[in-house]
Amino acid sequence: MSDKRFRLSHGTLQLLLSAGALLIMLGAIFHVQPNAMSYFGFTLLFKLSMPLVLAALAQMMLILLGDIDLSNGAFVGMVTCITAVWLDPSPGVAVIAYLAAIAAFVAMGWFTHARELPSIIVTLGASFIWLGIAITVLPSPGGTVPGWLTGFTGWRPPLLPMPIWVALIAAAVSQWFLMHTSFGTLLRATGGNARAVQKAGWSLSRLRIAIYAMAGGLMVASGVLLSGIITSGDPNVAPSYTLLTIGAVIVGGGAFVGGRVSPIGTVLGALTLSLAGSFLSFMHVPATWQIGAQGAILFLVLAGRVIVDRRKLA
Amino acid sequence: MQQVANMPVGEMGAKAPLFLAGRGLSKSYGAVKALSDTDFHLATGEVVGLIGHNGAGKSTLINVLAGVVARSGGIFEVLGRDAGDWSANLARENGLRCVFQELSLCPNLSATENTRLLHPALKGFGWKQRARKTIQSALDTVFPDSGIDVDRPVGELSLGERQMIEIARGFSVTDSPVRAIILDEPTSSLGAEATRQFLEQVSRASEDGISVILVTHRLGEILAVAHRVVTMKDGLVISDQFNDGLSRSELVAVMGDLEPETRERRDAVVRDVPVFSHSSGLGDHDIELHQGEIVGLAGLDGHGQRERLRAVFDAARVSGLPVAFVAGDRVSEGLFPLWSIRDNLTIRSLSALSRGGLVSNEAADRLTQSWFERLKVRAPGIATPLLSLSGGNQQKVLFARALASDARLIVLDDPMRGVDVGTKHEVYALIRNEAETGRSFLWYSTETEEFENCDRLHVFREGRSETILDGERIEPNAILEASFGGLYV
Repeated sequence: MSDKRFRLSHGTLQLLLSAGALLIMLGAIFHVQPNAMSYFGFTLLFKLSMPLVLAALAQMMLILLGDIDLSNGAFVGMVTCITAVWLDPSPGVAVIAYLAAIAAFVAMGWFTHARELPSIIVTLGASFIWLGIAITVLPSPGGTVPGWLTGFTGWRPPLLPMPIWVALIAAAVSQWFLMHTSFGTLLRATGGNARAVQKAGWSLSRLRIAIYAMAGGLMVASGVLLSGIITSGDPNVAPSYTLLTIGAVIVGGGAFVGGRVSPIGTVLGALTLSLAGSFLSFMHVPATWQIGAQGAILFLVLAGRVIVDRRKLA
Repeated sequence: MQQVANMPVGEMGAKAPLFLAGRGLSKSYGAVKALSDTDFHLATGEVVGLIGHNGAGKSTLINVLAGVVARSGGIFEVLGRDAGDWSANLARENGLRCVFQELSLCPNLSATENTRLLHPALKGFGWKQRARKTIQSALDTVFPDSGIDVDRPVGELSLGERQMIEIARGFSVTDSPVRAIILDEPTSSLGAEATRQFLEQVSRASEDGISVILVTHRLGEILAVAHRVVTMKDGLVISDQFNDGLSRSELVAVMGDLEPETRERRDAVVRDVPVFSHSSGLGDHDIELHQGEIVGLAGLDGHGQRERLRAVFDAARVSGLPVAFVAGDRVSEGLFPLWSIRDNLTIRSLSALSRGGLVSNEAADRLTQSWFERLKVRAPGIATPLLSLSGGNQQKVLFARALASDARLIVLDDPMRGVDVGTKHEVYALIRNEAETGRSFLWYSTETEEFENCDRLHVFREGRSETILDGERIEPNAILEASFGGLYV
């Protein structure tokens, strides 16, 4: 087939679309505010994207399975509370609490699987549990985080700003793991056709537990980074994460059918959505309109996806 | 090699040791016996063809053999040893492979990645290159020059190409050898050339000592390669024959095994101008429905009857002909389980029962009462919720919904599924009576006996209405012949 090398795959087109949305937004910001095009400007613009990127990858793992996580934001908020209360005075307790949180998340995943419940219901219910735990641990926003953590989140590494490094490394590692290792292939197979995986002799429970454990781990990392940035804990710091992470996965080329997600796309999607807020401020969009305008951006990118899909089918 | 524990009867088996042997295998789902007390054996290098009607228990048997479904009872030995709690994983370790109907590939993965699913050995550094080589060489062996891109997601390939990948994957080898392979309808989407290549591969594999179970509706394929043909019906093995000069008609006769039923034929329908006519645009037979005619849609399960039935229903509705639909899948398509018999029955007739924009309770009660009595629905009264009725009585209410309406054409989507015999015969009589009054029926069924009630029958094959049977020519063997005829010979 001679046209093979010129034919862009579906996934590549989706990636170009996500990257294009990000570049258009950056271009508009630099047009209005040329000063933003600097090491410092990038650091500021993308500062809050670091935890969102990791949380979006966690959401991606569940969407990979055909599940959805409506407790993402509450879970990350809970982790910031654990961090602000224990990580500085007694790191050991904090680590145990993190592991317990991951175990609870895995148990929730196992429960949905074993009882064949819809994840949308179970995770919605679980979000209130996470929130309750968070409020019990830290009733009002506050607490302290260790100096090394704020030092890390405020670190200015060479060459590229910190948030860009985080995004690059997260994208590279998750893309390699999920799309290129044999275990990642098994995980994608589970999302694509669970019965086939079962018929080939694999344990579905184990694979699903592995996926939920990874998602839990990523959310813990996200929460720790977030508390480093805000230098405290807050049960209600991240409720918007739930929808932003789902948006990031979908903008990045993922689909709810299971098995179809893109790690690089998800990272790009998270960057795009976290930039949307700054973008609108630079555009002098009044704060009251920003949520609606963010929705419009999401809508435009998704409309672009639909057009790409149609072209592909034709 | 392995000890010769059980010799199968016959010349073929006398030479070869058994790969697997099951005695008294059974599988029940609740009260339903999908497989009852079945013996099955497979010798090394033997090719066994497994045939039978839809629902005969073939799938259950191969799923039990493959370890996908746990057996409810019976003894099962593999290579002379008791298999104990057989599982898909153990089956794989013992070299037993399965090729299911387009089900065991993940559409989001490439052929290379799908190969990894079957081979635990494909891991660690460079697994993808090894997987690619494995599947590519298997494809080159079985389907030379297929030109399939093994790095493209399988979901983007054609059905035929997917089936080739699935077959090639079944025969692919990494660390442990393939000893036996179960193929379930492997050629349903393959063209003639690929089918020929597949059958050659089966013969080659058999010579190499690989045992094969081939489940297919294409009898020609079985006659071409099988050493032995096992026929199933109603969860039992009803015949086990060596393939020395078997013919297609012998197989059809064994499978059919239907007692001829004598029934009074209705007078021939006057066929002048059809009430409704539907063309599929595929160049097959148009479906014409005349006044008072009962037209059946027959054929093997999944050959396009259901799709055509729905297409006719949609077209009739668009054309403005009053038409009603009786769903066979009661629970998901027909019932409002918590509503009363009356509400369920009158929903198709609400506008006829309306007085000044409001539904007249009195008229609804009257209409319901009359059909309630005509159909002898066994329930305390018309206010009873449908949930508390038996399946057969629920189905009667669905029939009443269609019959009480103004519909001139009534479309039946396998309406007798899971209904007891008594109810069936009551409803058959009712349908014939209603046809006498000039209503037309289009009837899709999976039960061949039901077509005795039809005036005309379209037999479907591969999505097309290929054969029309009329009046006296509607009989089980003719239907079977038409369902199987013309396929790979």
